[in-house]
Amino acid sequence: MSRTTGRSTTGTVAVLSRLRPYAAKALPRIYVAMGVSLLASLVALAIPQVLQWMVDGPLSDGDAGEIWLAAGIVLGLGVLEAVLIGLRRALVLTPGTHVEARMRNALYAKLQDLPVAFHDRWPSGQLLSRAVSDLNLIRRWLSFGLVLLIVNVLTIIGGAIILISLNVVLGLIFVAAAVPVIAYSFSFERKYADVARRSQDQAGDLATSVEESVHGIRVLKAFGRSRYALKRFERQAEKLRGTEIEKAKAVAGIWLYLTLIPDLAFGTCLVVGVWLASTGQSSVGVLVAFFATGTVLLFPIWSMGYFLAMTLDAKTATQRFFDVMDEPNPITDPAHPLTVADGRGELVFDEVHFRYQDAPERFPDLLDGVTLTVRPGEAMALVGLTGSGKSTLTALTTRLYEVTGGSVRIDGIDVRELSREELRSRVAMAFEEATLFSQTVRQNVLLGRPDASEAELREALEIAQAGFVDDLPEGLDTKVGEEGMSLSGGQRQRLALARAIAARPSILVLDDPLSALDVDTEALVEEALRRVLATTTALIVAHRPSTVALADRVAVLQDGRVTAVGTHSELLATNEHYRFVISSFDADERSTAKETAS
Amino acid sequence: MSAETVSGVSGEERDDLSRAESKQIRARSLRLLGSLVHPVRARLALSIVVVVVSTISQVAGPSIIAYGIDSGLPALLESNWLPVGLAGAAYLLAGVTGAGLIAWFTVLSARISQQILFDLRRRVFLHTQRLSLEFHESYTSGRIISRQTSDLDAIRELLDAGINQLVQGVLYMIFTAVALFLLDVQSGFILLVALVPLAVLTRWFQVRSQRLFRRTRVASARLIVHFVETMTGIRAVKAFRTEKRGAREFAGLVEDYRDANGRAIKLFGIYDPGLVLIGNVAVAVVLLVGGFRVLDGGLEIGVLLAAVLYTRRFFDPMEDMAMFYNGYQSATAALEKISGVLEEQPSVPDPERPVDLWESTGHVRFDHVEFGYTADRAILPEFDLDIPAGQTIALVGSTGAGKSTLAKLISRFYDPTAGSVTLDGVDLRELHPKDLRRAIVMVTQEAYLFSGTVADNIAIGRPDASPEQIEAAAVAVGADTFIRGLPNGYDTDVNKRGGRVSAGQRQLISFARAFLADPAVLILDEATASLDIPSERLVQDALQTLLADRTAVIIAHRLSTVSIADRVLVMEQGRIVEDGSPAELIAGTGRFAQLHSSWRQSLV
Repeated sequence: MSRTTGRSTTGTVAVLSRLRPYAAKALPRIYVAMGVSLLASLVALAIPQVLQWMVDGPLSDGDAGEIWLAAGIVLGLGVLEAVLIGLRRALVLTPGTHVEARMRNALYAKLQDLPVAFHDRWPSGQLLSRAVSDLNLIRRWLSFGLVLLIVNVLTIIGGAIILISLNVVLGLIFVAAAVPVIAYSFSFERKYADVARRSQDQAGDLATSVEESVHGIRVLKAFGRSRYALKRFERQAEKLRGTEIEKAKAVAGIWLYLTLIPDLAFGTCLVVGVWLASTGQSSVGVLVAFFATGTVLLFPIWSMGYFLAMTLDAKTATQRFFDVMDEPNPITDPAHPLTVADGRGELVFDEVHFRYQDAPERFPDLLDGVTLTVRPGEAMALVGLTGSGKSTLTALTTRLYEVTGGSVRIDGIDVRELSREELRSRVAMAFEEATLFSQTVRQNVLLGRPDASEAELREALEIAQAGFVDDLPEGLDTKVGEEGMSLSGGQRQRLALARAIAARPSILVLDDPLSALDVDTEALVEEALRRVLATTTALIVAHRPSTVALADRVAVLQDGRVTAVGTHSELLATNEHYRFVISSFDADERSTAKETAS
Repeated sequence: MSAETVSGVSGEERDDLSRAESKQIRARSLRLLGSLVHPVRARLALSIVVVVVSTISQVAGPSIIAYGIDSGLPALLESNWLPVGLAGAAYLLAGVTGAGLIAWFTVLSARISQQILFDLRRRVFLHTQRLSLEFHESYTSGRIISRQTSDLDAIRELLDAGINQLVQGVLYMIFTAVALFLLDVQSGFILLVALVPLAVLTRWFQVRSQRLFRRTRVASARLIVHFVETMTGIRAVKAFRTEKRGAREFAGLVEDYRDANGRAIKLFGIYDPGLVLIGNVAVAVVLLVGGFRVLDGGLEIGVLLAAVLYTRRFFDPMEDMAMFYNGYQSATAALEKISGVLEEQPSVPDPERPVDLWESTGHVRFDHVEFGYTADRAILPEFDLDIPAGQTIALVGSTGAGKSTLAKLISRFYDPTAGSVTLDGVDLRELHPKDLRRAIVMVTQEAYLFSGTVADNIAIGRPDASPEQIEAAAVAVGADTFIRGLPNGYDTDVNKRGGRVSAGQRQLISFARAFLADPAVLILDEATASLDIPSERLVQDALQTLLADRTAVIIAHRLSTVSIADRVLVMEQGRIVEDGSPAELIAGTGRFAQLHSSWRQSLV
């Protein structure tokens, strides 16, 4: 997936300065570090000047005491340089890690806040590569690249001034050489920024493939398609490799300039300098100092390529970070949230419309004016064909998705008027696919109400017929694997059901909660669940008559609308579509089935 | 002596490894490194030649300057331009050669490191796929993802910048030292003496940092596990308002990682200026000693200058080298973890000399099979079963009776602890995985969709299928209607709408996969649970044709499937308690008859 379009044209400085709020605390120290670092460079530049003084002074006069002095000064400057470098590191490194941590927490919080629709669109590998690799890159740039980039530029400028002051002609030759280097750097920036973005996006795609190959391992194994997945992975890895080599070529280009041009300048300076010295326009000491100073400048010049590339990498990483942070969140808390006073648990869908954001225009709304009232304490089954929008309708109750028209009301209050926290504590859901986290059984079941008592926990487990947890190695404290991998589908479903029950909501939303259970267990769960449903409002997505049996009334969802509401037997008798959706038998078969049953 | 405590992935969360354990995993990761470098050794050799030549030309600089000043200047005073001209030309030549070669080397070394990375990525990916389900069920997927992402990042960082730095840095230092010796032996000795504190400091850094970098890898893996789980389970996170708790926990993990990382960096913050200090002291000493020798007339000024420049330049790459070393330590820690995963052996290994089974009839047999997920609890105690070719079996029984285990054994997700499962008389353990997977396919309750189009997802059943075959499979299982209703039909990207293809629709896609795969033995483990009744009816019809000439094992809680079975097995606690045709069992008074009548009632 490529999100490159038009981004790389944004100025590097503009992009990177967006890091400011996160780096605010660290910035003063970074500035001080720049000062310290610049001082260290000046110290390094001062050493050759001592050499010049020594060559033109004591070495010519033969003053032994002054040689001691000169060496002593060089030593002192050397120690100072080391101390200053140490100080620079001490100043920026810890703050850098704090900035990284702060950004990581902010990204995580933002991702948790963004609506489900966002997560539908974004493969989590892309999110992961942002949270880990990109932020790591930004940290290194902040605590290292930024400081040295600026200090190196200043050092080179300072060095050039010293060179000019040593000898104007030689110094100007050196400065003139800088012009093509700077010119090339600009074209490098354009070229490199583009490749860097591609490389980081491709790394994200690769992470997505890795994730899918692990999460989908059962399918790949069952069909023996590991090789097939590998081929696909290889193609992506191959693409990334190509991009990385392209990147290396760009870097090689700037390296060529950065090493060649100073050398050309130095060669010229050597010939000119010796000629100047031969004509007496310059001393040998000045020549010595000139070349010694130039040597000190070589490393800063060479490393410019590295730091430029690093800066551009950091720019791309920053853009990718803000790709997520800038994502508008349409599902937010209202400015003045209301509270539900009595909480009887009436659930009303009023002319609800919903369509997915990227649905083509020619498609009608998935939910095209759903109107339905679930009375307090009533259990309403929702029946309709696969893909008719039942799960989507349930997701609207807790604003996992937002209605695109009409409203959902709880006890007369629009769900958008409630804080999400309050809304979601009133409505508890059990999903079709039971997600378990790699925590203990207890933590998983008490997800919605961590402070529930042991008795309440037990009750919820009992209703969901999840007694099997006591047979687990450490009972309630057994850590169930990520996504509950080591439990069967039926077991996971029962835990998810227990979780919804334990939350003690005033409205319970169950999405086909018993699909993975065997007939006996299903019967037991149903019996127990009836006790809960006697007092709790419930909306239950049902595919089978056995699940429908939990409900007081049934709503039929057809073509985006509720076309009929009634009891199971009423609908069986009057509604053709209902019979088609819910009944396993043809009309005559049904009557025989009834006879055998009674 | 091999410590079991750190073989494979065991002990990977620890950072208090003993010396022997530490040595063992170091050796393991070095072996891995060696095998990675082996295929690129020719290129590596070339790149070293390139960098040697380029470094020689760079190192020549100060000597040429010394020659220019010491010989060129006096000659020029006598109007002889030759020496200084030579010096200038030599400097230019050295510059052009050096720069050109360095550019070449940069690209060359990128090719090498990208090859190594590609190779490593591929190996870990393939090995992860080869590892048995048993491994995947205990090693959280977040951890295996972090091995393949952030750990590989650490290695990439090293290879990206590191190899350049290392090769150039080392050579630069060696050549500088040699040049210094050639120029002036006494100054050379001073440099040698300076190497002693250098070595001591480096050793100190190595010992301290190793442990910290291990901790960093562990912390980063934990972070990733948490992150991946939150993002995959975002619906539950939101519905149960765990955002705050999640953020708190995540912040704790972020802090652990930050702390570990910060400590490692701090250590480096002592190491690096230490190196500068040693270098600068050496420069001062060279200057002092050299100064007196110039006074005595034993040394020319130009040579002294060159000696000082060389000494200074010797320590110049030290900072880069130190950074390389830092990256190296971090990459080694990552390599240790990766080599641990690679060391894991699949508990369901591929046969060394596979038996060919080109055309399977689908005759499956359990012969004295025993199995348990843990040693102390047998799920199947001594199990015998013969499924003749072409028979359709319905497996019935309560949760935990061992039905799914049976399915996993037939599809060889697990191997029995005793006895054997055979297909056409061949032990599954001896079958080539290709033959095995072509013959036996299992469809499970969780229908996972990969990113790509709907058609791509169905094609997992048979990657070389034509679009017509894919559509035919979808039509056969009744998935065609809903797929055509998607925005781009078969070409709809499930990633863009993945969250919206309902569970039932996903099951239909996975049925189409199985239909397309056309195996001799088909295992359906609760594969219709999320289907609505009309879809289930369509699938039933499709199954009736599909299963006519093949072996099938169907596990279903809804007994509607039973009508298409030739034979019903009722399981309880790992044993078969009833076995017969559906009609026989329904007519009887056993467990199945009860189940069946209560199921009939549930339908009304």
